[in-house]
Amino acid sequence: MCTRSEAVRKYVPVLVAVVMGMGLAAGSGAAVLAPSAVKIGIVTFLSGAAAAPFGIPARNAAEVLIEELNAGRVPVPYSQRGIAGVPIQAVFVDEAGGADKQVAEFRRLVLDEKVDLVIGYISSADCLAVAPVAEELRALLVMFDCGTNQIFEEARYRYVFRTHGHQILDNVGAARYILRVKPDLRSIAGINQNYAWGQDSWATFRDSVRQLRPEVRVLVEQFPRLFAGEYSAEISALLAARPDVIHTSFWGGDLESLLIQGFPRGIYLQSTLVLTTGDTVLPRLGRDMPPGVVTGARGPHGALAPDVPLNRWFKTVYTGRFNVRPIYPSYHIAQAIFGVKAAYERALSRSAGWPTKEQVIAAFEGISFDTPSGTISMTLGRGHQAVESVAYGITGTYNSKTREFELTRVLSFPAECVNPPDGVRSAEWIARGFPGARCP
Amino acid sequence: MATVTIIALDGLIFASWLFLVSAGLTLVYGVLRVLNIAHGSLYALGAYTAATLVIAYSHRGLWPPGTLAVLPLAAVVVGAAVGPLVERGILQRIYAREQILQLLATFALFLILEDAVKLIWGPSPYYAYRPYALLGQVRLGGVVYPVYSFLLVLVALSAGALLWLFVTRSRFGRLVQAVIHDPEISTTLGINLSRVYVLTFSLGAALAALGGAFTAPMISVVPGIAVEVIVVAFAVVVIGGLGSLPGAAVGALLIGLVRAAAIHLVPVLELFTIYVVMAVVLLARPHGLFPPPEVRRI
Repeated sequence: MCTRSEAVRKYVPVLVAVVMGMGLAAGSGAAVLAPSAVKIGIVTFLSGAAAAPFGIPARNAAEVLIEELNAGRVPVPYSQRGIAGVPIQAVFVDEAGGADKQVAEFRRLVLDEKVDLVIGYISSADCLAVAPVAEELRALLVMFDCGTNQIFEEARYRYVFRTHGHQILDNVGAARYILRVKPDLRSIAGINQNYAWGQDSWATFRDSVRQLRPEVRVLVEQFPRLFAGEYSAEISALLAARPDVIHTSFWGGDLESLLIQGFPRGIYLQSTLVLTTGDTVLPRLGRDMPPGVVTGARGPHGALAPDVPLNRWFKTVYTGRFNVRPIYPSYHIAQAIFGVKAAYERALSRSAGWPTKEQVIAAFEGISFDTPSGTISMTLGRGHQAVESVAYGITGTYNSKTREFELTRVLSFPAECVNPPDGVRSAEWIARGFPGARCP
Repeated sequence: MATVTIIALDGLIFASWLFLVSAGLTLVYGVLRVLNIAHGSLYALGAYTAATLVIAYSHRGLWPPGTLAVLPLAAVVVGAAVGPLVERGILQRIYAREQILQLLATFALFLILEDAVKLIWGPSPYYAYRPYALLGQVRLGGVVYPVYSFLLVLVALSAGALLWLFVTRSRFGRLVQAVIHDPEISTTLGINLSRVYVLTFSLGAALAALGGAFTAPMISVVPGIAVEVIVVAFAVVVIGGLGSLPGAAVGALLIGLVRAAAIHLVPVLELFTIYVVMAVVLLARPHGLFPPPEVRRI
């Protein structure tokens, strides 16, 4: 039997701990213990025309990355297991089916699956449709690949983040690059798919070139139907017009079909081809890609990614698993996953318990974090939209070891050179002659 | 002048492709009276089979021009393997049903075949573009064309001519025509209706596959190509008059030329050309350009 003083000695520390714990909980709002897992809904095309070129390379990257993170095998600064030691659990959802279906799927992920956040969307239409729903449900959404610049230029979001740059940098970058390598540029033409992505990409490229070099003439503007597949007449029109440069933001099967039909007709011989998503076809077409084609990767990704340890590691684990190197959608989803991990761990370092959604958002805003594509900064859209640098190169010689063409004359443009400052709309920024742009 | 030449050439090339992908659809409708939405899937099966054969052939390092010969082989394989299966398995059960049910059944078949293609070939693209550049190039009107495009024109012309001769001149063709006019009386005259149906459908399937097979070297063969074709094939067939082979040829040529003119002169209108042609033709002739004569039964 213990005496009263013994009992006091024994229980006081416990009482103190309980009271202090309650005080902390009250003080921080709802500091809680770490959950058993961070559940992430991952939405990308698993079927349909965008699956093979984009959706599956992104899904594959997410799969291998999450496995490696959970096993604690990722190099610094991401060597801690999962997110701050808590394993990541992924729920993969197919993006096919249109924007209405994606809104319903997003609600299901948040309300039924009770995911902690959603990383998703390749299609700009899906991003535009889902963003307001994320606000309404107060659910954290990290967009990983969609290109439209409208998201944060037309609206303000609290729960929505985008960890990659929008299409402006691809096309402003392409315009700056082509003027560097072809200082005597006189005429341009474009072939772009007839929907928002193609139209916006072309308008940005055309207006940027004409802003930088007003005497350049626009000869042909082709807008074939999305997934048309047959471009014989469009190629004839481009060949007949003989422009110095042909710009295209084609992607996936359409891009490959355009090149398959264009190469034998010498489309790359009399004009310089500019492919803003060209990096995705380098490993696919291999030896059949001709030299002299200007190739981009929508940022510093794929063949244009920097030679940093995180990128070397990423390429090794991805290639080891899937027998093909990662392309830009793989890099984009890696950015989203690393961004989320960085934001959670930053939030955790600022709070006593597991961070709340609000604390994660506060930590995410304006964060800079390392990725296989270099350091990414969330500087636009009040800290919700990333900016990236962009690089372009020209296909040079075939490398039989990598089984793809090597890029030569690679030029990189820093983020401040190819992105508008925060609060300025892209179209306005280009029309006013890129005020505030800092280029090398 | 050069522009006119280029428009004519581009129009002819595209029209040939259009005719190849839509001839089978109009043939099947003419005889079986079933609008086959799965026509696009048969095209896709032809493209995938051709791609597989071309890749297998190239890997063996055989005589390169032989790859061109494996393209029609793909059409025969698909026609012989899938044609009878679909006609006997599904279509023969729905001839007597109302048209909406037939549409639903072939739409269901389309969805099934879409997934079957993914099951067999997976979601990654297939490349079989070697034959496309094989025949070299020619310069016409100041523009380089691959000779393959003119092979396509030749294939479409011969397919159309052979089909026409077959239907109008051969014994089997005459049986087919009898069946088109009156299936019931044909049966009483001793014509084996099932045989006519299964052979015609297989021929239609082979034609769809032929279109796919000759398209395979021009494109990246990916899931989803079926649905793109079905839309344009329907437009061609409706413009020409459902069930009319010459109609499909004229419809294809009309769309081909108008589209080529739009691409060279007002590119922004390209998207609408097919629909504009269709709307104008249907306003003037609601049953298309060459509607097969309707037999009035009293």
